[in-house]
Amino acid sequence: MAQTVLHKANTRGVADHGWLKSYQSFSFAGYYNPERMNFGALRVLNDDIVTGGNGFGEHPHDNMEIISIPLEGDLQHKDSMGNTATIKAGEIQVMSAGTGIYHSEYNADAKNPAKFLQIWLFPNKRNVTPRYDQILLNDTDKRDEFVQILSPNANDAGVWIYQDAWFNMGKFNAKTTRTYNLNKKGDGVYIFVLSGQVEVNGTLLDTRDGLGIWDTDIFEIKAVSDAEFLLMEVPMEF
Amino acid sequence: MDKTQILIIGTNKPIMQTIARLIDQNEKWRATIASSTDEAIKICLKQQFSLALICAGLSAEDELELNKKLNELYPKLPIIMHYGGGSGLLFAEIYQGLGL
Repeated sequence: MAQTVLHKANTRGVADHGWLKSYQSFSFAGYYNPERMNFGALRVLNDDIVTGGNGFGEHPHDNMEIISIPLEGDLQHKDSMGNTATIKAGEIQVMSAGTGIYHSEYNADAKNPAKFLQIWLFPNKRNVTPRYDQILLNDTDKRDEFVQILSPNANDAGVWIYQDAWFNMGKFNAKTTRTYNLNKKGDGVYIFVLSGQVEVNGTLLDTRDGLGIWDTDIFEIKAVSDAEFLLMEVPMEF
Repeated sequence: MDKTQILIIGTNKPIMQTIARLIDQNEKWRATIASSTDEAIKICLKQQFSLALICAGLSAEDELELNKKLNELYPKLPIIMHYGGGSGLLFAEIYQGLGL
């Protein structure tokens, strides 16, 4: 029987640094909650708002798959591998930190805030050669379908990472119901609602709520209102 | 009061220096860096640690060897595989490793 864990939006950690407001679904930096450490290989889900002209100065990472999904505004990226890029809403960025990288991410707009999701997954292999990728997501405006944006396979839709994970975005009209079939036995799925309300396994999720579901191969997701959400399928054992 | 001694082992010096700086910002903690398994063991023979953090850069074989040697020498020493390379996960790893 499917098991679930619900993380209501207002129970997330909050870090307010003035230039950055970060809502953290799992323990991160100064927010430590032993009951909110990870969901399987999903270790970080930060819902970040960066004020105009500000950002994360150069800092290091290692051994982590780091995915950024801009929701509003653009981010200016620079890293120690020589990449300089602007990431816009509708795009996705991935970094395999491996043996170590340095990078900075700034709000490209001097006035308006940039909003983005910062997602970290434990890699399935330590100390890989660092890599960076960024792509424009096709089909994310499709309604009432799951649109894959990440997988473990370089030749599959979306970006790829060093972990057996699959991410899908959904933009559903109210009352649409779809079935999600997990790609791999033993995986779990963390559903994060970007807007609207959805129902999963009898649990109502509001905007920015998260629900983890595992011990199942299949589940239904129903849009109670027009809704946008992210499904993150990850290994529960890794 | 004695500081909690934390040993960090890896090969990416700039990242380890960042991690050491972050650890040392806590007045109750003190970080020591080792760049190899051999150096880590030598340091451990001279000084007692409360936690070992294995950082980036060691080969899989070296990570296993280091775990094995530290376990043999100090069976009660918590050994944590560090992920992330900065402040994001570091403190949670230390709290968990120290059982706080």
